[in-house]
Amino acid sequence: MSSPGTYQCSTTSYELRCNECGKTYGNRPLSACPDCLAPLEVQYDLDSVRGRLTRESIARGPASMWRYQDLLPVIRAFQPDLPVGFTPLVRARNLGRRLGSNNLYLKNDAVCSPTLSFKDRVVSVALANAQAFGFTTVGCSSTGNLANATAAQAARLGLKACILVPSDLEAAKVLNTQVYGARLVRIAGNYDHVNRLCTLIADEYRWGFVNVNLRPYYAEGSKTVGYEIAEQLGWRLPDNVVCPMAGGSLIRKIRKAFQEFVALGLVEDKPVRFFGAQATGCSPIAHAVKNGWDLIEPQRPQTIARSLAIGNPADGPAAARMIQETGGWAEDVSDVELVSGIQELAEDEGIFTETAGGVTTAVTARLLSQGRIGRDELTVVCITGNGLKTTDALHGRFAEEYAVRPKLSDFDQYIRSVEPELFGIQAEPALAGGAH
Amino acid sequence: MSIRIVLPTALARHTEGQKSFESQAQDLPGLLAEFELRYPALAQNVKDTNGKLRRFVNVYVNDEDIRFLGGEDHRFADGDEVMLIPSIAGGC
Repeated sequence: MSSPGTYQCSTTSYELRCNECGKTYGNRPLSACPDCLAPLEVQYDLDSVRGRLTRESIARGPASMWRYQDLLPVIRAFQPDLPVGFTPLVRARNLGRRLGSNNLYLKNDAVCSPTLSFKDRVVSVALANAQAFGFTTVGCSSTGNLANATAAQAARLGLKACILVPSDLEAAKVLNTQVYGARLVRIAGNYDHVNRLCTLIADEYRWGFVNVNLRPYYAEGSKTVGYEIAEQLGWRLPDNVVCPMAGGSLIRKIRKAFQEFVALGLVEDKPVRFFGAQATGCSPIAHAVKNGWDLIEPQRPQTIARSLAIGNPADGPAAARMIQETGGWAEDVSDVELVSGIQELAEDEGIFTETAGGVTTAVTARLLSQGRIGRDELTVVCITGNGLKTTDALHGRFAEEYAVRPKLSDFDQYIRSVEPELFGIQAEPALAGGAH
Repeated sequence: MSIRIVLPTALARHTEGQKSFESQAQDLPGLLAEFELRYPALAQNVKDTNGKLRRFVNVYVNDEDIRFLGGEDHRFADGDEVMLIPSIAGGC
């Protein structure tokens, strides 16, 4: 074991700070305050960019999250390599009609480059810091998406990667990690067991764990979702944000992004309510919000939404508190509902999301039907991962189609029988009461 | 009865670098009282102003979170390994 590297504040306008006791620690691979043991967060000197950072200067930047580089914890000389982020923000008219919203938008990180989840953003920032600290081996504890993102970007940067995952992870997420040449270690336990082990490994090995000892830097990458939402809405803030919650970090960082833009005069201030989405089988943060707590009772996860299956969320207390402060709410949905959410989003908007996105979509439906989100309020729903990674969730959902002989007459007979509406023929209801 | 306490580096600075040692504590309040006598700086580091364990410290008994076992009411058994980890990170 050797002492970790540091880099000097003189070259940067940010440093680690404890949110509990206010002590600052410069820049080093450290996730908890040595004095009060609370999580550390990156604090910025926004005055260092005030006036220099404008809507125009940002818009002149690259079409990636690195257009906001001045607001990210990377050394000034950092040269971004990959065009991560700047994913589409799309109006969701069809889904909105289905759910009862006239003003619904989707932030689509299912198409984030390079590995199709928002984790590409956080890993970019974490690995920039891993390099600044001189780590040559990096790792993470992961429910899948983070494993993919870390493995891919480590490969590109020439860093060795050792990635720990729960043994029941979806096959696609395992393969999408191994293909990059990373060492993947399956741990016989749930994510919380994996996470604790990684904390111990980071304590003993001189490795940069993106979500352990590099976590304060890593987490800042999530802010770029918020910056992009504000810019893509035409430099304004939405009324509501609906966000999936696992560790509870992303939802807070979107708010931090909005607050920084307000502080810099880039957007007008307004109240934004934050809504958290979890699967009922692992819903410690939603449970806390519903009870008005800012303490988390850990849970043993039991859901197919494995990317959200964190029973002891690191930022859970802070997320629960923040949601309540903004007048928002948190909801949780069953595995059946989340699969319907995946399908509705795909059928209505042409976006195939993973289980976490199904949770977020189903929770948005619930919030609209409860009246917690108003029909005309501008609401942004964060879709954070791609459905190609969790096709198991839809296994058996679609019957294998009959193989038609390659003859026009056979095709004609077949298509008229299965799609009569295409030929102006009214379909007979399949069941009493009708399917539609 | 004896249990084994395991500490990470961040807390071992208060125990002259010892990351593992034996204890006779019967439960979590007993363990904190023992810290007070043997390693006052450690006790100060892990306890809040009310004398309770800080909310950022996680306690595991043989790999299980003590909150699943009854928290402060849980009685340790002979040979248990009790691990204290500050502010579990991870997650998204």
